[in-house]
Amino acid sequence: MTTMDILCEAPVAPAHASPAPEMLSGAAMVVRALQENGIDTLFGYPGGAVLPIYDALYAAPGLRHILVRHEQGAGHAAEGYARSTGGVGVALVTSGPGATNIVTPLADALLDSVPIVVLSGQVPSRLIGTDAFQECDTVGITRSCTKHNVLVRHVDDLAIALHEAFALARSGRPGPVLVDIPKDVQNAIGRYIPLEEARPLLRPNCQPVPGPRMDSISRAVEMLRAATRPILYTGGGIINSGDRASALLREFAAETGFPVTSTLLGLGAYPASGPAWLGMVGMHGSVEANRAMHDCDVMLALGARFDDRVTGRLDGFSPRSRKIHVDIDPSSINKNVPVEIGIVADVGATLEALLKAWRVAAKSGRPAADLAPWRAQIERWAAPGSFRYRQSGTVIKPQYAIERLFAAARGRETYITTEVGQHQMWAAQLYGFEAPRRFMTSGGLGTMGYGLPAAIGVQAAHPDALVVDIAGEASVQMTMQEMSCAVQYGLPVKIFILNNEWMGMVRQWQQLLHGERYSQSWSAALPDFVKMAEAFGCLGLRATDPAELDAKIAEMIHDPRPVLFDCRVSKAENCYPMIPSGAAHDEMLLAPDDTDECENRGAKLANPAISEAGRSLV
Amino acid sequence: MTEPASAYPTTAAAGPESRRTLAILVDNEPGVLARVVGLFSARGYNIESLTVAETDARAHRSRITIVTRGAGPVIDQIKAQLGRIVPVRKVVDVTLEPAGLERELALLKIRSSGQERVEALRVAEIFRARAIDTTRESFIFEVTGASGKIDAFIDLMIPLGLIEVSRTGVLSIQRGAEGA
Repeated sequence: MTTMDILCEAPVAPAHASPAPEMLSGAAMVVRALQENGIDTLFGYPGGAVLPIYDALYAAPGLRHILVRHEQGAGHAAEGYARSTGGVGVALVTSGPGATNIVTPLADALLDSVPIVVLSGQVPSRLIGTDAFQECDTVGITRSCTKHNVLVRHVDDLAIALHEAFALARSGRPGPVLVDIPKDVQNAIGRYIPLEEARPLLRPNCQPVPGPRMDSISRAVEMLRAATRPILYTGGGIINSGDRASALLREFAAETGFPVTSTLLGLGAYPASGPAWLGMVGMHGSVEANRAMHDCDVMLALGARFDDRVTGRLDGFSPRSRKIHVDIDPSSINKNVPVEIGIVADVGATLEALLKAWRVAAKSGRPAADLAPWRAQIERWAAPGSFRYRQSGTVIKPQYAIERLFAAARGRETYITTEVGQHQMWAAQLYGFEAPRRFMTSGGLGTMGYGLPAAIGVQAAHPDALVVDIAGEASVQMTMQEMSCAVQYGLPVKIFILNNEWMGMVRQWQQLLHGERYSQSWSAALPDFVKMAEAFGCLGLRATDPAELDAKIAEMIHDPRPVLFDCRVSKAENCYPMIPSGAAHDEMLLAPDDTDECENRGAKLANPAISEAGRSLV
Repeated sequence: MTEPASAYPTTAAAGPESRRTLAILVDNEPGVLARVVGLFSARGYNIESLTVAETDARAHRSRITIVTRGAGPVIDQIKAQLGRIVPVRKVVDVTLEPAGLERELALLKIRSSGQERVEALRVAEIFRARAIDTTRESFIFEVTGASGKIDAFIDLMIPLGLIEVSRTGVLSIQRGAEGA
């Protein structure tokens, strides 16, 4: 028997007397299925091949449609909505370019395990394959960037396909599902199958994953209790599992005294102010987190997938540890890093079982190993401060801007999104996330342009919260047309641009890896962001001096409109610590003691310790 | 020792490669073969042989048989990745060792005359191949067996006027009373 043998036969539908079947048009079925699956908001853009669905939405009660300015915006907004609520995000797009424009969010949601459902219009069935106007092979194009996709050929299959899409998006390891609906299917009348009737017909991948095996739990607890240098390596799976998993993680860390680190996507599951917190792990993680990962003797990976940004060079990754990996996706176990105990289950259910077993062992067995020397070692690593910088003079340091934003937002219900690059890493390093679902960022795919539409999705779900997109001036230009969407729906997102006029992370790599040859990473022309904000109907603010920063941030937070904040920051700042590609966790580059002298000219590193091999890596 | 092509080599502990035959039971729906084959190409796995046909019309089930090659952890990864595909109902390792039965069917067209033609018929008899079409200058033989037997038959037929081969690829089923 293999692990795959547990995938069982399809359950047979129970035979029960059903009332007279409800006959609906395909478009009306879409509306009904959205309502039955608890959806109240969708993001989209109309076009020829979805007009019947838009017509059905026109009078649909309880469904709010938010009109984006580009379909990529709809996809990322749906992601932001999903990740900040724990529910499913929905986007509705037309055929052809509507569908191709949402490919990036689909790929993004697949890599970051975000539950979204994309409904795309398709040309009428009889035109499929004829190179019709606005036709593309949507299911072919999106097959490898969705968890599942389907072209619905008959209206009678539509209801099941929609229910299955919602069930699949949120079940197991969540992900994006696309349902492609030809225009004639939207217009045709067929039998609507209600959700309750459809549930037993859904396939095994839609069904809940069983709990952890008890023998694995007892082996894991035995290993954990003997650990003298343990670490909890947590990831986005904890957040996807639900808030209870975060609560259990906190309980488990408190009970065991184990230090906690997290991936980018797991930030907030354990609070940054918590006593066990080491900071983020990985390429731009803290020294103490990376050293502790490298030197630990037992690693408990919880809903994290040993991504290359986390592990660095695999043969140098935590070489002396025994590893336990909890993941709901069997393919994550042993994919990059071989582990001794693999537990395929929901991480919340597993934490509960681990906690219970730990308590039983604590009562009856030998005491757990003494962790005091390990904690002392970690404190020595942490002492110099991983993210140190010096704010001096009249130029705002980007790190300082994030710390001031964090201070100003304290005490409010705050959600942070980011674009991709240096600002993203500084946000991850310096913004203290205290709760799950508060940090929305593109981790796996690294999608510049994610943050603004994601913030719109977050704000749509949390109208009274403070939603800030910590952005770079390069990233934000990729999707900034969505400011218009924010204004239309009165979604007061705050776009906080750390403007250094460079594609900062590209510039940093060119400095470190390519002999300071800054090829195409400088934006010689930039819009006047303040004027642009005004043109869109937002408030535009600019800060150039550290002395004015706090007042401007306060103005941004208190203004009821969407705000575009042009925060001019030092141009040559690099993001440290950094594990260069191809290096291991104990080979970090640290910040030079004083980068001020390098201001505005490419800084020469004291230790450009990147091998020839490292240069060829991404 | 040259640098590995991949930035993050995963093969360090992979171990020796072996040939595995996987039976993949799927819902017979549009695109399912593309999903399975796309997975192999996207993730860089080998396909040595591929066969697919509907095996249960009532339940709309098809059986895909893929012969692949890889180290143990890679094979485990292939199985796990296949399990993520929604229309994939079951993945069974039906490799020859220890309990698999494998068969292929091949059609061979031989064009020859004189002594070679007689020899081709003799070899076919030894391999229990049937002549299913004949002209004065050609035969078409049908032969079934494990892949190795088909390979051997083809090798022997090359000098005897072999001009065309069509093979089904490997079909496999497990011995014993248990169904997949």
